[in-house]
This record gives sequence, C-alpha cells and structure tokens, in this order.
Amino acid sequence: MEFTTFVFYVLGAILLFAALATITARNPVHAALFLVLAFFSAAGLWLLLQAEFLAIVLIMVYVGAVMVLFLFVVMMLDIDIARLRHRFWSYLPLGGMIGLLMVAEMALVLSGKYFSAEALPGQAMPEGYSNTKELGRLLFTEYVYPFELASVILLVGIIAAIMLTLRSRKDTKYPRVSEQLAVRRDERVRLVKMAAEKEAPAEESQPGGQ
Amino acid sequence: MEAAILNFFQWFWNLFGLWDAIWSWFQPLWPLVWALLRIVAILVPLILGIAWLPYFERKVIAYMHVRIGPNRVGPAGFLQPIADGLKLLFKEIIVPAKANKRLYLLGPILAIAPALVAWAVVPFAEGFVLADIDAGMLFILATTSIGIYGIIVSGWASNSKYPFLGAMRASAQMISYEIAMGMALITVLMVSNSLNLSDIVRAQEEGRFARMGLDFLSWNFLPLLPMFLVYFISGVAETNRAPFDVVEGESEIVAGHMIEYSGMAFALFFLAEYGNMILVSFLASIFFLGGWLSPVGFLPDGHLWLAAKVSFLLFCFLWFRATFPRYRYDQIMRLGWKVFVPLAFVWILVVGLWMMSPFNIWQ
Repeated sequence: MEFTTFVFYVLGAILLFAALATITARNPVHAALFLVLAFFSAAGLWLLLQAEFLAIVLIMVYVGAVMVLFLFVVMMLDIDIARLRHRFWSYLPLGGMIGLLMVAEMALVLSGKYFSAEALPGQAMPEGYSNTKELGRLLFTEYVYPFELASVILLVGIIAAIMLTLRSRKDTKYPRVSEQLAVRRDERVRLVKMAAEKEAPAEESQPGGQ
Repeated sequence: MEAAILNFFQWFWNLFGLWDAIWSWFQPLWPLVWALLRIVAILVPLILGIAWLPYFERKVIAYMHVRIGPNRVGPAGFLQPIADGLKLLFKEIIVPAKANKRLYLLGPILAIAPALVAWAVVPFAEGFVLADIDAGMLFILATTSIGIYGIIVSGWASNSKYPFLGAMRASAQMISYEIAMGMALITVLMVSNSLNLSDIVRAQEEGRFARMGLDFLSWNFLPLLPMFLVYFISGVAETNRAPFDVVEGESEIVAGHMIEYSGMAFALFFLAEYGNMILVSFLASIFFLGGWLSPVGFLPDGHLWLAAKVSFLLFCFLWFRATFPRYRYDQIMRLGWKVFVPLAFVWILVVGLWMMSPFNIWQ
C-alpha cells in the first residue's frame, strides 16, 4: 500500500467518524466541534488531491468563520434535549426517505461520466503549477459572468440578512461618534479656582482651657 | 544544510565503522527525521522567545512607569521566566466540578496548536523555511483563524459567567478583525503577485528606489502605508492585546476565558498569546517591512535584519500596552467594521487602479 493511500484511509475514517458523531452527539456544542473535525479531514482529503487552494479555503471559510459563528449561536441557545427527541420516531420515516433520496442522487452524479476516475485529469502536473493561479485565471476569464453573478447574489443575501434583522427602536440610544470626537476640553472640564486650605472658623478658644 | 548534517552523521558513525549498516535501514526514515529536526530548530528558539518576551514586557513597561520591574531572580531579574515557568509547572490544574472536562482540557491545546503550526511557512532568510508552499499566505490566514477555537471552547467549557462573556467577546472581535487583516493582505498579494511568503519578500527587493540603493523605500510599507497600519493594528486586536484586550479585560471580566484555569493549562494560553504576538510581528515584517532584506544596498541581507524588524514591532506591542487606555467594546467594533474594512476595500481599488495606470511602480 502506498503511503498516500494509507493517509487517505486514515483521513477517510476520521471523516466518517466525525460525521457520524456530528449527528449522534447529545450535546450540540460537541456536535459542532465534530463538524469542525469533519471539515479538517475533508480538507486533508482535498490536499491529497493536490487541491491545496480549496483545502485551505475550506478551513479558512468554514472552520475559521462559519463554524465559529455557529458555535457562538449554539452556545447561547438553551437547548432542551428532551424536547428535541420528542417525536423522533414519528419523524424518522420521512427523514430516512430524504436521506435515501440524497444517497440516490449522489450515486447518480458520481456514476455519471464526468465524475468517473477516467474523466479526471492525470495526476502529473507540470513544474511550477499553481492550483491557486489556475483557479483564479479560470474564474476571471472563462467563468467571469457566472462568478460576478454569484457575487451579486451574495451581496443581495448580505443586504437581505441585514434588513431582516435590523429593528430600530425609537428609544435606542446611539453614541454620536463624530460629536464625541469633536468634543473640546472646555465642554467637559470646569476648572475652579479655590484656596488650597479653608480658613478655620474663628473659634473663641481660650488658651489653656479645659 | 541537509548534506552537511548527513556528512556529520556519516563521519560520526564511520568512527565506529557502523555507517553502512545504520544507513541501510535509516534511509527511508531520513526525510521524517530531517523534517523533525527542522521543526525543532524553529520551535526551540520560538519557545525561548515566548518565555523571555513577558520578562521584557515587564521590564519595558516598568521603565515606562519609572519603576524597576523584576530584579530578584538572576542578574537584573533575567532568570525570572525560569522561576515563573517552574512555579506554573508545579501548580495543580484544577478542573471545576461543573465544567465539561474534556473540552475544558482541550481548550488550551486548541489555543497553542495553531499558534505553532503557522510557523511552517514563515521564511527566516533566503531558503530558510520549513515548507516553501505556494499558498503560504492562505495557510497563515487559515491557521490564525482557528486560534479562536481555543478561546471559545475554553470559555464555554468552564461553565461560568466571566469565561463565557470572554468567549463571546473573543468570537465577535477576532472574526471582525480577521476580515480587515485578510483585506489588507489582499493588497500585498496584488503588488507581489504571489501567495508564497518568500516570493513576497523577494518582490520587495526590486523597484526604482532599490536600484538607487535605498531599498527600504521600495518595501511594501510605503506604497501600502494605510494597509500596513490596518494590518498591524488588526494584529494587535487579533492577539487580544492592549488596547484591544477586552476579551480578558482584567478590570471587567477578570481575565475572561482563562479565569478558571491554573498551572500549565493557564500557561498554555499565555504561551499562545505571546506566540501569536511574535507571529504577527514576523508576518508584518515579511509582508510590509521587507523580511530579511537589508534597508540599504551596501549592507548584506540576512536573518539579523528580520530579527531587528521583529524586535521593533514587538517593542511596539509593549509600548501600546503601556501607553493606551483600553478601548470600549463598541469602539472596537466600530474601528473594525466601519473604519478598517471600508478603508481596506477602498485601498484594494486604489492599488488595482494604480497597477493598471502608467504610474505602476511594481513592474
């Protein structure tokens, strides 16, 4: 067995384990962390395919940003596991059918002529071949219109997400930063001139009194 | 380098006449051993640097406060890190009863591991780099973005209020500044036409000023000055250092995510923080200050220049801490999202137009 084959099986085993643990873990935070492990293993598999750009971007985007926000939300939620399990068995047939449908779809795609091993280009890449550069060149020449379209859709998504969650209340107070920055000392501080010592009230003290 | 070490081994074992026997079974293992040797050669100085950086921090800040600082252990307190390290080693690691034990212990490991992994692609001098990969900058961005898991996981697993608040603050702050950081690096990538860190340094070697012998004027920091500032300030925010240290703000949430940790588990967070400081200083030197290049034409290039630049940037970290009051949380968010991100977007556009115009200085 070649060394890369060995690495493939190790990463594949970790990936399958992590994916299974993601859906079986009782604690949602554990599940999210197992999903992170699954992303890492998937990135390792892509590295084996010499797709280093995709592998690193998978970690950067999904592990570094998406899953962090996911964890952020999951940790804040107070999830009642008993309620989640409620009616598990009545939902199982529907869920199982959808799962089978997805397996069938993926089988159809993967057995098609474009994804078979023969259709993939040979592994031998010329000296100095840069995966990143090739991908960039393709994206900005041949596929520039789909790429721009996708970015516009993303932009629409961003704006829509902000608009949906933006609730302005009348009694919310915001700092006016420009005013805060423009503030002068005289508006905040008042210097008062006063004597360092207060003169003691004149007492009629009688020397040697008591 | 590799051949010299192999020759040394050959000479050594030939003294006993054993070289051929050893090499016959050792040869397949050699690439692994060689990689391990190089990793050790990077990590040992790094760990020593991490150990003594807090000492210099305490000294520098002390002198800025007109105090003396640590002065009991060794001459001028120079052995203080050893005393601190020993103390932390002998302390008990306490696991809170209600903590999620596995994740609680995983947290510090998740914090330190990415801080060390990123060094794989950092070049120290021409050819002195562990992994000279083409996607080096991407690798750096990816590894630094996972450092946040250590903070979030430990904050959540501690099962206590202050660590959780620290974790929430950390996830919001670090994600915000990662965007500004990545955007600033896009301009570097544009002008150097490569993601490889060594190539980025080499790209700063050329230019009109470099031909006049004033190499330091052709480094990236001058044409990309706003991006240099954005990168370095984001780096300070990303490492959760003062004035952006609300994640562990001692006066508000009493050290945030690490409040429940003791002994070496706490020390790992500390090591990760200082390791990240050194990493950010190295990266800023490589991306913007010409890496190992010498500032003037008549002096030779070398790793000492890189060390000098890194030392200066590290001093800036300590200087900031002694000088600036802590930012308010909304001010941090405003600086990240409303100042740095738009500035970086505009500067990407400016650099793009600049490179297309006849005034292009990078060709």
